[in-house]
Amino acid sequence: MSSIMRESHIMKIHYLTALVAVGFVIIHIMIRFTHGSFANSLEFESVIANYKSIPYAVVLEAMLILISVHGFNGLRIILLELKQGNAYERAVTYGCLAAMIALIAYGSRTIIMATMGMVEA
Amino acid sequence: MTKGGLLPKGFERPTVLASPSDSGVQEKYEEVKSSSKTIVLRISKFNPEKDQRTTFLEFTVPYQRWTTVLDAILEVKSNHDHSIGVRYSCRQATCGSCGMIINGKPKLACFTKISELDSDVVTVEPMNNFPVIRDLAVGFERMISTHKRIKPYIIREDSEISSGTKEFLQTPEDVEKYIQFSSCIKCGLCNSACPTMAADSTFIGPQGLAQAYRYIADNRDQGKDERLKIIDERHGIWGCHFAGSCSQVCPKGVDPAMGIQMLRGYLLGYRK
Repeated sequence: MSSIMRESHIMKIHYLTALVAVGFVIIHIMIRFTHGSFANSLEFESVIANYKSIPYAVVLEAMLILISVHGFNGLRIILLELKQGNAYERAVTYGCLAAMIALIAYGSRTIIMATMGMVEA
Repeated sequence: MTKGGLLPKGFERPTVLASPSDSGVQEKYEEVKSSSKTIVLRISKFNPEKDQRTTFLEFTVPYQRWTTVLDAILEVKSNHDHSIGVRYSCRQATCGSCGMIINGKPKLACFTKISELDSDVVTVEPMNNFPVIRDLAVGFERMISTHKRIKPYIIREDSEISSGTKEFLQTPEDVEKYIQFSSCIKCGLCNSACPTMAADSTFIGPQGLAQAYRYIADNRDQGKDERLKIIDERHGIWGCHFAGSCSQVCPKGVDPAMGIQMLRGYLLGYRK
C-alpha cells in the first residue's frame, strides 16, 4: 500500500477507521440490548432477521469495511516490522490488500443475500 | 573468570594524598583508603572475527564515591587486561562515545557513577541494536547514515554570509521550540533502548527522527517538506510505537518520543 499511497494517508485511514468503528460497534451493541432478547440474539433466525432491517444491514456493512481495512492494515504493519526486504514488503502489502478486498467482498455478499431474502430462516 | 585485587596499583592516589609529614593530609589519606569499597565489574568480551559467543570477564575493582563506570573499565584496561575494547574520549558526557549497557540499561559510562548504581556487581555490555566491533565498542554506521539522511542542517536559499543578508534573529520562543533537541550528542543510547530498532533493521530510529524535528521546528529552516517526505514511510516516523524508552535513557535530557509525536502532528495535519 505504501507504494500506492503515502504512509501518512494510510495512517490517517487507519486511525479514522478505528475511531468510526468504535462508534458503529457501540450502535451495534445498543441495538442488541434494546431490540429483542439478548440471550437469543445469536440464534439463526434472529441473525437472519437482523439483515431484513436495511439500516441495521448498513451498520453491519460499515463495520465489516471499517474493521477489515483497519485489521488488515494492522496486520501489514506487524508483518513489515517482523522482516524487511523489497520483495517481502511488496508481497505483504499486496497480500494484505487482496485479503482485505476478498473478506469485504465475501462479507458483503452474505449481507446482501440475507437482506434480499436469498437466505431463508 | 575473576581477576584483579582489592587495591590495585594506581588506585591509592599517592601523588595527591601520600605526604606523611603533614598529619592532616595523612588523616585524609587514611580516610579515603578506608572508605574505598569494591565491586565486581563484569565486562562483556566478544570479537566477531574470532568468537562464537559472548563471555564475561570479572574483575574486583575498588571505587570511591566519584568513580565512574568508565574509570573502573579503564583501571581494568590499564592494570589487568589491556585487550578490552572500549570507545571513549571526553569523559564528561559531551562526545557521546562511551555509551554501553550498564546493569541492563543503556547509559554513558563516563556519566554513571558506580556509587549510584546501588549494586555490588556492575555488568557492562555493548549497546543493543548496534553491531559489535569488539567487546564494548559498537559500529555507528547505521545511525550516522540515518542521521545524514534526514539532512541535519538548516536548508534555505540565502545564508547569513550572503551579501545583503544579516544574522537570522530568533526570539527566545522560537529557540525554545527546538533547543532541547540540539543537545543531542549522537551517543546512540536512544537507538539502543528502542524496541522498534531491535525488530526493524531499516527503521530510522529515535535519534534521526528527533533530529528531523529539531530542524523542522527551527524557523530559520525551509526544508520542512523535504524532511517530512523522507520520514513519511513505514520504516520512518510510523515505525515508532511510542514505548518512550528513548526519552528515558537520554543522558542530555532530550525527549525524542515527544519530537516524534510532534512530527506526526505535521503529517496528520494538526500541526502547521
